[in-house]
Amino acid sequence: MAEKITIGELHLSGCTGCLVTLADNYEGLFKLLDDYADLVYALTLVDVRHVPEMDVCLVEGSCCLDDKLSVEELKEARAKSKVLVAYGGCAAYGNITRFCRGGQWNQPGHASYVPISEVVDVDLFLPSCPPCPQAIRNVAVMAYLLLKGDDEQKKLATAYLTPLMQLAQRGNEACGCDLMYDVINQGLCIGCGTCAGTCPVRAITMEYGRPNINRDLCIKCGACYAQCPRSWFNFDVMNNYESIMNVIKGAME
Amino acid sequence: MDVLGNYKSVISARSTDRDILKKAQDGGIITTLFAYALEEGIIDGAVVAGPSDEPWRPKPMVVSTKAELLAAAGTRYTISPNISLIKEATRSYGLDRVGIVGTPCQIQAIRKAQLYPIGMRDVDDKIALALGIFCMENLSYQALEAIVEDHCNQKMESVKKMDIGKGKFTVYTERGAVSQMPLKLIHKYVQPGCNVCLDYVANLADISSGSVGSPDGWSTVFVRSMKGNAVWDGAIEAGLFETKPMDQVKPGLDMVKKLSTDKITKNQKNVDARKTAGLRADGTPKGLRNPYESP
Repeated sequence: MAEKITIGELHLSGCTGCLVTLADNYEGLFKLLDDYADLVYALTLVDVRHVPEMDVCLVEGSCCLDDKLSVEELKEARAKSKVLVAYGGCAAYGNITRFCRGGQWNQPGHASYVPISEVVDVDLFLPSCPPCPQAIRNVAVMAYLLLKGDDEQKKLATAYLTPLMQLAQRGNEACGCDLMYDVINQGLCIGCGTCAGTCPVRAITMEYGRPNINRDLCIKCGACYAQCPRSWFNFDVMNNYESIMNVIKGAME
Repeated sequence: MDVLGNYKSVISARSTDRDILKKAQDGGIITTLFAYALEEGIIDGAVVAGPSDEPWRPKPMVVSTKAELLAAAGTRYTISPNISLIKEATRSYGLDRVGIVGTPCQIQAIRKAQLYPIGMRDVDDKIALALGIFCMENLSYQALEAIVEDHCNQKMESVKKMDIGKGKFTVYTERGAVSQMPLKLIHKYVQPGCNVCLDYVANLADISSGSVGSPDGWSTVFVRSMKGNAVWDGAIEAGLFETKPMDQVKPGLDMVKKLSTDKITKNQKNVDARKTAGLRADGTPKGLRNPYESP
């Protein structure tokens, strides 16, 4: 077994749901920690007070500009990590820390809570509220292959992670409306229902083959657009879904 | 990838179950496979296009009995957002092994949900059988209504069966009338998303099936994944299908290949044309998004 990578979780203004999601891999988390990654920094899970050097930093929560420590720690985490991940809707898009529930007037304080990419460069987005345990597991395995694998594994991991990196370049505002602007108005929607199935707050229903978004329920987590098969569909990865799933399954056994 | 995708075998087949054949669109492949998988405990339930309160408007549904499967059998030529139920099936219904049927794009959505389960918590390892159906293009419900009621001049509720084949869209009514319209006239009703689709025969399904390539009442079946292979072998062993080798049926695999090539060639052109769609003030094209390149 090659040496492990180091992963940390920086907890900013979030609800700890993302961190719990990491733990929701149950025995999978132990497998990850045994063989692939050392957890070097995380609220409650690791007794380390100061942001250390790490390969992958998962940032949970948005960054409160009024809180000097948050801003400093985020910048420090950026400087000390090879890959910085906006882990979850708040870090990527602000999510509920910015808009409370969709449609409500945002409070004066909400202006302070910014997606982390307003403060530092972010390499990779992992949206949704919370993200899925399987998504962070897959990203962790791929990050390991990227940093410690052989050439072929590096190639696979790069192909796998590319769309999530492109997502980070796309912008830091998300809404159910993305489906309207970037899928339907682009003539790409096929009415498959993925968005409705994905939405963590059931803000999307399918009406005559198209998503209908309840603006008052949408929490701006970005899950629907990222999960939509027409936001991106990378054939180089998808066509090998069977072998890739076996790679991940094999890694977790 | 080849225009027919990766597959282990391709066969022409027909269900041996009379009840299923009576209700089925062609060879009853999907219904029979799900009935078998339910019986054998390969799946606990399946997400299918069930009946709704409007005639010929499918509604995604989780089914777990053969009677429910039969009620959902047959093709409805409009959108059924089946993927909207996969998380529901695993979480609200508590199914550990889910079967799902879908068009090629829906099967793509499933594979994306498995490889990148961004909002699809606890779904990836619970998809036990994903069955794909061949699909050239799909219609909104309103478009289907226009085709049946305006072009074919039949009421939706009086229709017994709809079928696409030999260049025609055919409507059979309960009272025995048959109305037809040329398929060419349907294209203007097709939902725009279908025009960039590069998959005809559900390349990423475990098993995919459709009428093209096989004689009337039979279906062409592609067995694609390891999982699909095991299920298919089991069903054959249980005597659930009559089969014929593809090279002994008319019109045969060449027909499937031709239609698939036609679709992919046409739609690849559409994808490429999107790059230069629209015009900015400075004379450069605005361009439309290419989902196969980036989000």
